[in-house]
Amino acid sequence: MKDKIKTVVLGVLGVDAHVVGNKIMAHALEAGGFKVVNIGTFSSQQDFIRATIEAAAHAILVGSLCGHGEMECRGFRENCVEAGIGEIHLVIGGNLVVGRQKWEEVEKRFLQMGFNRAYPPGVSPKQVIEDLKKDLANKKDA
Amino acid sequence: MHYALCAHMSLALLIDFGSTFTKILAVDLAAEEILAYAQSCTTVETDIMVGLRKALDLLPSHLKNAAYECRISSSSAAGGLGMVTIGLIPELSAEAGRRAALGAGAKVVKVYSFRLATREMEELESLNPDILLLAGGTDGGNSEVILDNARMLSRSGVRCPILIAGNKSAADEVQAILSAAGKITLLTDNVMPEVNVLNVEPARAMIRKVFIERIIEAKGLKKAEEFVEGILMPTPTAVLRAAQLLSQGTGSEKGLGDLVIVDIGGATTDVHSFGMGNSVQPGVVRKGLPEPLAKRTVEGDLGIRYNAGTILKLCGQDRILENARLSHPDLAQKLGRLSQCVETIPESSEDQDLDFALAACAARAAMERHAGSIETLWGPHGQYYIQHGKDLTAVETLIGTGGIFIHHPQAGALLEKTLFSPGEPFSLRPKSPSLYTDARYCLFAVGLLADRYPEIAFRIGRKYLKEWNE
Repeated sequence: MKDKIKTVVLGVLGVDAHVVGNKIMAHALEAGGFKVVNIGTFSSQQDFIRATIEAAAHAILVGSLCGHGEMECRGFRENCVEAGIGEIHLVIGGNLVVGRQKWEEVEKRFLQMGFNRAYPPGVSPKQVIEDLKKDLANKKDA
Repeated sequence: MHYALCAHMSLALLIDFGSTFTKILAVDLAAEEILAYAQSCTTVETDIMVGLRKALDLLPSHLKNAAYECRISSSSAAGGLGMVTIGLIPELSAEAGRRAALGAGAKVVKVYSFRLATREMEELESLNPDILLLAGGTDGGNSEVILDNARMLSRSGVRCPILIAGNKSAADEVQAILSAAGKITLLTDNVMPEVNVLNVEPARAMIRKVFIERIIEAKGLKKAEEFVEGILMPTPTAVLRAAQLLSQGTGSEKGLGDLVIVDIGGATTDVHSFGMGNSVQPGVVRKGLPEPLAKRTVEGDLGIRYNAGTILKLCGQDRILENARLSHPDLAQKLGRLSQCVETIPESSEDQDLDFALAACAARAAMERHAGSIETLWGPHGQYYIQHGKDLTAVETLIGTGGIFIHHPQAGALLEKTLFSPGEPFSLRPKSPSLYTDARYCLFAVGLLADRYPEIAFRIGRKYLKEWNE
């Protein structure tokens, strides 16, 4: 039986105009067989959540490239819970922090915030897509 | 379909069954001239033809029984077209449904979001709308909520036609649920097929179809078809159609460019804009659900009769008096009397001054709500500008319609009150448009004629706009 097409919401969080990576990731996800709802740059947490509910998306992919991700992501999982999508698969990637910090510590902080995956800058879209397919297949309701 | 004029028959009778007055315009299509205007109180509660015949009797005798090429009309009588819309997310599909309804000329009495609560369903039943628009979920997206709402509606006492304009993947099942319960249903395209993609034209066309086929009869307007060919559309649709024609022009007539129409009435102040509303500044990011090319907003708290007291509360005494030349020491009492005697026509210079001040506040507030806004955000890489809604700063034409714009000697100054202000740079109101008023109250007629005689309708509209530019 053919797997149902999975829908993902993709965007750039916060006061951030970086759009090239967003477009590249959108193309890669579509080529990888996903339906992409790309909400673009300058997106708030609520923009992601609203689009996810309306489109019945399976995952949220947050791009954050300005270095302020840790501040702007606070409460994201909690806001998802409030909105009734508390189990949504939540992924973040980009320049998540300012300055040089050990990636393992950065990743740990984002996972503790409620993200299912966190990626450093320069991660390949191929890796993200492979992980996403595996994670969604493992989810009970995927 | 465009019509060709017969050489020997070139008169048109355009009628608007308004909420208060039935208005008639006799037009010579060949000469592109308005021959006569008449009005009488609308009598929809008893027999719509009574008011129509009284208005006809006021026409010059040679026009009363003339042979007319066409007799067509619009209507906002009997409360206009009242709609309720239901969607999922307030800022997304619910808003898309609301815009579809407004653009179809409806009065949106309520917008619901998410799964309906029992008390909301009870409220909806008591509102008794003419049409219900049910949306929710992008195509292939959320289907649970629109299906749950359909089940609730199927068990309710709602009797009006239900226009299904949501997730196409759930639409058939939604229709089956409602039809099995004996509800009248119609299917159309999703008003928001994808997140942040607006698709309101199919819903608008369907709403107009339902208006003509069902609502006219339900409101006691069918009798008018003894005399007119048909009530073609709600009055606001006619005005919006006129806006489109004047803005875009025709094959041979250059349009007036992006334009805005402000319609100040006793019960509401409406604003219509035609144009993309793209930013005139480079590097601005637009966010939010896209705005329709033809946009209409209705401010039910800014009518200068019914809401005279509300305008005082919203704008404050100081702002109203800033727009007046006289002092009006008993302002609150005067406004209270106005809101109780809604058919008051200003007679003294004092009354006119107060009307001007009220209308200035109402029009300015309505324009601010209709226009987009811009906000400045600071990020790590500097300053960014985010635009919500339409940028109207470059609009080329601003038209005022409604009794006050037609009769007040300072109508041009009234239009100026709606313009961009350097003190409020975030509100993207028009900066320096050419100013006009609908001096012969013919915008509805231009809209009615637009489909059959677009070139003639355009030229008549253009000819009878009164210019107020220095």
